Amino acid sequence: MSKMHIKLTVNGKPVELLAEPRELLIHVLREELSITGPHIGCETTHCGACTIDMDGRSIKSCTVFAAQANGANVTTIEGLGTPDGLHVLQTMFKEHHGLQCGFCTPGMITRAYRLLQENPDPTEEEVRFGMSGNLCRCTGYQNIVKAILAAAAELNAVKEAAQ
Amino acid sequence: MQFDKPATTNPIDRLKVVGQPVHRIDGQLKATGRAKYAYEWHDPNVPYVYGYPVGAAIAKGHIVSMDVSAAKEAPGVLAVVTALDVGERKKGKFNTAKLFGGSEIQHYHQAVAVVVAETFEQARAAAALVRVEYAEEIGAFDLKDAMKTAIKPKDVGGAPPDTAVGDFDGAFKAAPVSFDATYTTPDQSHSMMEPHASIAVWDGEALTIWTSAQMIDWWRSDLATTLDVEKEKIHLMSPFIGGGFGGKLFLRADAVLAAFGAKAARRPVKVALPRPFMVNNTTHRPATIQRVRIAAEHTGKITAIGHESWSGDLPGGQLETAAMQTRLLYAGENRMTAMRLATLDLAEGNAMRAPGEAPGMMALEIAMDEMAEKLDIDPVEFRIINDTQVDPEKPERPFSHRDLVSCLRLGAERFGWSDRGRPASRREGNWLIGLGVAAAFRNNLLVPSAARVRLDHEGVITVETDMTDIGTGSYTIIAQTAAEMMGVPIEKVVVRLGDSRFPVSAGSGGQFGANCSTTGVYAACVKLREAIAQKLGFNSEDATFENGEVRSGNRSVPLAEAAGSEGLAGEDTVEWAKLADSHQQSTFGAHFVEVGVDIATGESRIRRMLAVCAAGRILNPITARSQVVGAMTMGVGSALSEELAVDVGRGFFVNHDLAGYEVPVHADIPHQEVIFMDETDPYSSPMKAKGIAELGLCGVSAAIANAIYNATGVRVREYPITLDKLIGGLPDVT
Repeated sequence: MSKMHIKLTVNGKPVELLAEPRELLIHVLREELSITGPHIGCETTHCGACTIDMDGRSIKSCTVFAAQANGANVTTIEGLGTPDGLHVLQTMFKEHHGLQCGFCTPGMITRAYRLLQENPDPTEEEVRFGMSGNLCRCTGYQNIVKAILAAAAELNAVKEAAQ
Repeated sequence: MQFDKPATTNPIDRLKVVGQPVHRIDGQLKATGRAKYAYEWHDPNVPYVYGYPVGAAIAKGHIVSMDVSAAKEAPGVLAVVTALDVGERKKGKFNTAKLFGGSEIQHYHQAVAVVVAETFEQARAAAALVRVEYAEEIGAFDLKDAMKTAIKPKDVGGAPPDTAVGDFDGAFKAAPVSFDATYTTPDQSHSMMEPHASIAVWDGEALTIWTSAQMIDWWRSDLATTLDVEKEKIHLMSPFIGGGFGGKLFLRADAVLAAFGAKAARRPVKVALPRPFMVNNTTHRPATIQRVRIAAEHTGKITAIGHESWSGDLPGGQLETAAMQTRLLYAGENRMTAMRLATLDLAEGNAMRAPGEAPGMMALEIAMDEMAEKLDIDPVEFRIINDTQVDPEKPERPFSHRDLVSCLRLGAERFGWSDRGRPASRREGNWLIGLGVAAAFRNNLLVPSAARVRLDHEGVITVETDMTDIGTGSYTIIAQTAAEMMGVPIEKVVVRLGDSRFPVSAGSGGQFGANCSTTGVYAACVKLREAIAQKLGFNSEDATFENGEVRSGNRSVPLAEAAGSEGLAGEDTVEWAKLADSHQQSTFGAHFVEVGVDIATGESRIRRMLAVCAAGRILNPITARSQVVGAMTMGVGSALSEELAVDVGRGFFVNHDLAGYEVPVHADIPHQEVIFMDETDPYSSPMKAKGIAELGLCGVSAAIANAIYNATGVRVREYPITLDKLIGGLPDVT
């Protein structure tokens, strides 16, 4: 199968690669770029374990072709923070025990990152509805919501202090 | 270590680390997406290739022939291995359905081939080119039909299928108030987030495999049997697991296909089961039909209680032990239980979180609500009236510790139970509001568990055990246990899990993992303490391990120094003597739920939930609470939406993905609270802890069902309680 030349930016780094038209973005990220934070859960856009941020939107990368990401700016969990410099959402997921098995966590945090861009000061209910495309089967949802609200509060406090 | 006497005071009781709200030690890895699950054990130097499974397109019959020529010629294909190629294989001890090999088809999506190619896309495309000719046979797929020919098995997991005490029939007929109803629970899917996945790498006759397994040693043994290789030649690892709920207890096809594929392709092979395979290729919780009969005096005292259950499985399989809890939960002089197994040719039915009790409590705890109403007694009080401190079938056996009554009373007070009104009496706008209660009950199981603990010259304690962490928090509670025992801060403890090179642990299942695996670590730490004391010439009985030092009399030595350059190690296995024979060990709780039901649409919404749990010492309130909250959430799905729909004509589960199998999402779960009773159970272990992870699921769905009844006055006895079952009975909208 002929391959397509694709250029995109992943976690701030320009990437050029050849991909078949049938290749899904999640497979390119995981198998070719070794970016394995986004996981494959359902393959039908329902669970959100593969959530990435693409051009300012939350995208479920299991149902997007790599070709559709040509020219895109992609951020995954790996681009949100590093072990030495955690994103505040990562810190809050840790501190509020917003994870158990951790399989949904990268997608969950990446979606929460975009949610807080869309709505920097969400109510609890807005978090619950805004996160409903990301499933968790083991932690339940209470601590995930707490972590996101705590991160929002922290980010807003930092913003206020800066003003 | 033989645990043969109730625990007395030991170093765990210091509770400096154990019992404290310690954050997960794997939290950093998981929050940064760096925990490596089975499918992503990347080594850039290893040329992985990809296997894609082919599943049977019929539910029962035989493969007549297979044509793999087109698949073999497809681009990138390295090997095609069929069930006929590998032939009949010995089946693993823990598998009912064979995973791969031979011409017989036992269920839909049973693996018939694996196609290995350079890329995932090539393997998937070539898998679609495999042609199979089948000879289809008529199968049984409908439990309601199959129950008519159900059999009484010889035993159910070591227990009898039937029990009888007193004169159930006579007492049931003679009682002034009696109740008889039948309930159904559907087939359910574990639907953990991480699909089954394996990477297999052969080096001559030796196999290295990364997979997603709850029980390392069971998988290793059964993989050796299925592949017909020596167990010692297999190195199996599962350091991180994306949920299991019983779905990863037993060897699965991905591991077998990866191993055969890798052998044939002479390359390391990765295989992940596509999501639909998780439903029809692996195991599920079997559907049940349950009849519950309760008779009582007007005072509410139960005089007769009976519970019968029917479920199905493949020939040679096992039943869902849904009547088990009724042997223990409530008093009553006259009693009977009976469980029957029907033959069904669906995928294998097997353990899912709280097997037996989860569906059993779904029925029993609605029946208790219905009976309480018939008696005109508050359902909390009705349960309290019928509390028992002894095994009601064997009154000479007391419970080791049972505080169901406090769970119910405390929960009722905290939840505002007294606000509950008559059915269909409370309305807020379009919402009918109701409260429901159910007891929670799950036995505490004891399984041998081993660990090795090493002390090095830097004072670091390394724990090695093949215990797994399926999200439960094993890494953290094991670190807490070792830190407490050795008197070091938790930062000084390294925990290594999920590797077949380590001592064989209890593994993760049956809510026995936490108590048993930490006791194995406790036992190994006792050995290490003895080794340290002996080396220093201390009497190990007198030695105190604290602040990174060991002290005896006036002498104290830092652990790092005691270790010396060689280091010291301790290894042991906890084995459980017959304490459980004399004392019944169980965990208890109470679930309270408030729901709203839309009067126009019949749509049920959870408004708030509370669980009060009595499960011995809570080793870590953060991870334990999270287990219960997660279980309560699963219970919401079980009550309101989760059902594998059976195509009874073709014989498979139709809604085999997360599009059609609906699990709760954030917006479904507005508020949950958990309270732990402050208790210890010295009969359970030196940790004095019991299981908690499954208790949180047992009873919760019935509490929701009872709340829906209280809201609407409509009693639904067939789970899940979807709006179509309510809407005909709802009051007029105006």
